[in-house]
Amino acid sequence: MNDLIHGSRVEGEVLLDGKNIYDPNIDVVGLRQQVGLVFQRPNPFPKTVFDNVAYGPRLFGIKNKKVLEEIVENSLHQAALWEDVKDKLNQSGLALSGGQQQRLCIARAIAVEPSVILMDEPASALDPISTLKIEELMETLKERYTIVIVTHNMQQAARVSDFTAFLMINEEGAGNLVEYGPTEQIFTKPSHKITEEYVTGRFG
Amino acid sequence: MPRQTFDRELQNLLDEVLLLGSMVEQAMLNAIDAFKQRDLDASRRVYKNDEEINDKRFAIENKIIILFATQQPIAHDLRLLAAILEVITELERMGDYAKGIAKISLLIGDDSFPFPIREISHMGDLAVTMLHRALGAFINEDVSMAYRIPKDDDIVDELYNQIYRKSTEAMIANPQLVDHANFTMWIVHNIERMADRVTNICERTIFIATGELIELDYSDDEWLDEDIG
Repeated sequence: MNDLIHGSRVEGEVLLDGKNIYDPNIDVVGLRQQVGLVFQRPNPFPKTVFDNVAYGPRLFGIKNKKVLEEIVENSLHQAALWEDVKDKLNQSGLALSGGQQQRLCIARAIAVEPSVILMDEPASALDPISTLKIEELMETLKERYTIVIVTHNMQQAARVSDFTAFLMINEEGAGNLVEYGPTEQIFTKPSHKITEEYVTGRFG
Repeated sequence: MPRQTFDRELQNLLDEVLLLGSMVEQAMLNAIDAFKQRDLDASRRVYKNDEEINDKRFAIENKIIILFATQQPIAHDLRLLAAILEVITELERMGDYAKGIAKISLLIGDDSFPFPIREISHMGDLAVTMLHRALGAFINEDVSMAYRIPKDDDIVDELYNQIYRKSTEAMIANPQLVDHANFTMWIVHNIERMADRVTNICERTIFIATGELIELDYSDDEWLDEDIG
């Protein structure tokens, strides 16, 4: 979608399972199935809870009612939302609380069985308790899915992740990878001075 | 409930502390038993096994550093982790005392002269029991138990003094027994220090529960009042 912006260009590669996702021949729809997206501000569709989760599977051609019901229930279970909404499947997804809406978005992403879930600051719009619930959910989900989180919340990164990449702006521009490693190591003995300065809050 | 992962980590850590504690209890009992039986092979085993105690202590410490860095523990969680760091240090030193007794047994070797085995055994049992109860109090955050246990240290100290007197008398009566008496004193010194360190574990138990750092030292002030002149 970035190519809709005038003047945007891409250099280099982003490899998913060895394939460059910026290859012009890539199947974009298939890519979107493989990589689920959860955004910073919860954005359920203006549809029922059920239709939110069933949207993706329907798009991929699943019409059988029973199969859809199973997928929806399964996804909502995995997103730790089933108990909250099982009696409200026909209510609008927008009627849920912030934390519930975010979990609905996670269920929606899971419904098409991605291999990767990309989360952009998934809890920054949520209160502390909802945040911790989402984090607990990530701990469960990471057993089945590869989860990549973008966050400014270092404590969150330290709590939930197994590996951490630290990217920073410098003279060359934004998004330079300074250090990547196991989270335990990044937060106890980082290899680079800049990483140490940043995680200890001594930057700038 | 959130932080289940962290809670599980804390529980695992407590299990590891108990495991370390029982390794130390066993080491002390084995060391004294080997000394009693003049079983030099058993003494060697105690000596070597100290390495496992050290390794486990470092593993627990390492885990705690990682939890500090990644889980931002505060309040009770913070007190607990800080206290565990102290407790495992005490346990590791007690492991060294058991190793020390094993070493002395090896130095004594085949020396057939009698030692005050009954008193030494009694001291050892007391110290190990104190440790066992202290670890139970630690896990259960039993503050009243933590206050009571250090009082048993008086009995250990009393036995220590008895053995000291007897050893001194034996040395005076027969100067050839100087080495022998020294070995005896080193052994009981190690046991006495173990019992002292149990008190430190009790102090940490009180700290976890109350946030107060206090010294539990019941006997030390009495001798200050005595007429030393």
